[in-house]
Amino acid sequence: MSISAIGAPLLEAQSLSLLRGGRELFCDLSLAVHAGQLWQIEGANGAGKTSLLRILCGLSRYGFEGKVVRPVAPLYLGHQPAVKALLSPRENLRWHLNGEGLYSAEQIDSALARVGLCGYEDVTSHTLSAGQHRRVNLARLFLSDARLWLLDEPFTAIDAQGVDETQALLASHVAAGGAVVMTSHQKLQVTCEVHTLKLVQSLIS
Amino acid sequence: MSPPHTGQFFARVLCRQLLLVMRRPIEMGNPLLFFAMVIVLFPLGLGPAPDKLANFAPGLLWITALLSNLLTSDAVFRSDFDDGSLEQLMLAPQPLFLSSLSYILAHWLTTGFLLALVSPVFALMLNLPISALGTLILSLLLGTAVLSLLGGIGAALTVGLKRGGMLISLLILPFYMPVLIFGAAAVQAAVTGTPPGPYLAILGAMLSLAIALAPLAIATGLRISLDA
Repeated sequence: MSISAIGAPLLEAQSLSLLRGGRELFCDLSLAVHAGQLWQIEGANGAGKTSLLRILCGLSRYGFEGKVVRPVAPLYLGHQPAVKALLSPRENLRWHLNGEGLYSAEQIDSALARVGLCGYEDVTSHTLSAGQHRRVNLARLFLSDARLWLLDEPFTAIDAQGVDETQALLASHVAAGGAVVMTSHQKLQVTCEVHTLKLVQSLIS
Repeated sequence: MSPPHTGQFFARVLCRQLLLVMRRPIEMGNPLLFFAMVIVLFPLGLGPAPDKLANFAPGLLWITALLSNLLTSDAVFRSDFDDGSLEQLMLAPQPLFLSSLSYILAHWLTTGFLLALVSPVFALMLNLPISALGTLILSLLLGTAVLSLLGGIGAALTVGLKRGGMLISLLILPFYMPVLIFGAAAVQAAVTGTPPGPYLAILGAMLSLAIALAPLAIATGLRISLDA
């Protein structure tokens, strides 16, 4: 797609180590995410998947060893949907605190339609269900032009059809020269190759 | 697609915060109601003698304004922290100290600014001379802005804690004291007929210093709170 598709990774983590409460969540972990790759981080509850993602996206800056190089700005969708209950889905996207773009009303409406929220654009979000909140958040995937997506459990509270659609979206993003790093307990059913990173924690004696 | 430039993003955050308050007007009404209730308590506790009340009025009005500001400081970042919006703000390409300033401006417009505007009504209840009303409004406009900025630092540092309410009071009340001293002194000066200008100038200087430095402290506090 571009120069970076050939050589330089979109995200590079160099020998990351993290200790939490006397447990070594990961040690000397290196990871290079290239364009066209889909990475799934696996591990039991408490294995450090979310901690790793927060380090990769830059929310955690201290308390770990190692280095993360981010040549491109990633799009990070966390555990919390970042949807304000008092704003409508349209307002939520228009005034999103992640100031990556100025979106037109048409762009926002089409993104909401693609996550199945057509007709819900103007209702206040507290009348929406938890899954619909997550869908408002997923609509950002259609709006953003970030090449690297960091997704923390994107399928939480999403129905079966929505999960299929999201997986198709991930595959098409990867096919278009993007990259995805995600955590999920589900087995991915996508058309592209899935690189897996398994976190196994060890107790330090 | 180019990201909104800094000024646009500042306006976006401000609009968003103001709209959120409009959607729940009680958040705007609470500090005003608190102010009204506490002011009504003073004549009950001190006795309704007009002369006595007039003596105490500058201090009483200022202490009450300070407490009502303190009451709301805790909530500046709370709901955005709880629903994950703050995480997204941390990752925004625009400078965080300007977005923090936007939060504080919205907070001040919906608390201190309104409080300064309605304060003459309650000042008259406490028998403050009409000649001092202008100074009261001006000192509250300047002073509450400083209080909002200082409160923002406390809010940013305690937003990650489950019960930060008490801690925030302990953290920032000492910094509120100079504002209280000069704010009340300005009104007192206007009552006694000496020029309040020097006190207001000092409040203005405090505001300038706070606008320059507090957003940096708030931004750092937020990053620390979000890191945990």
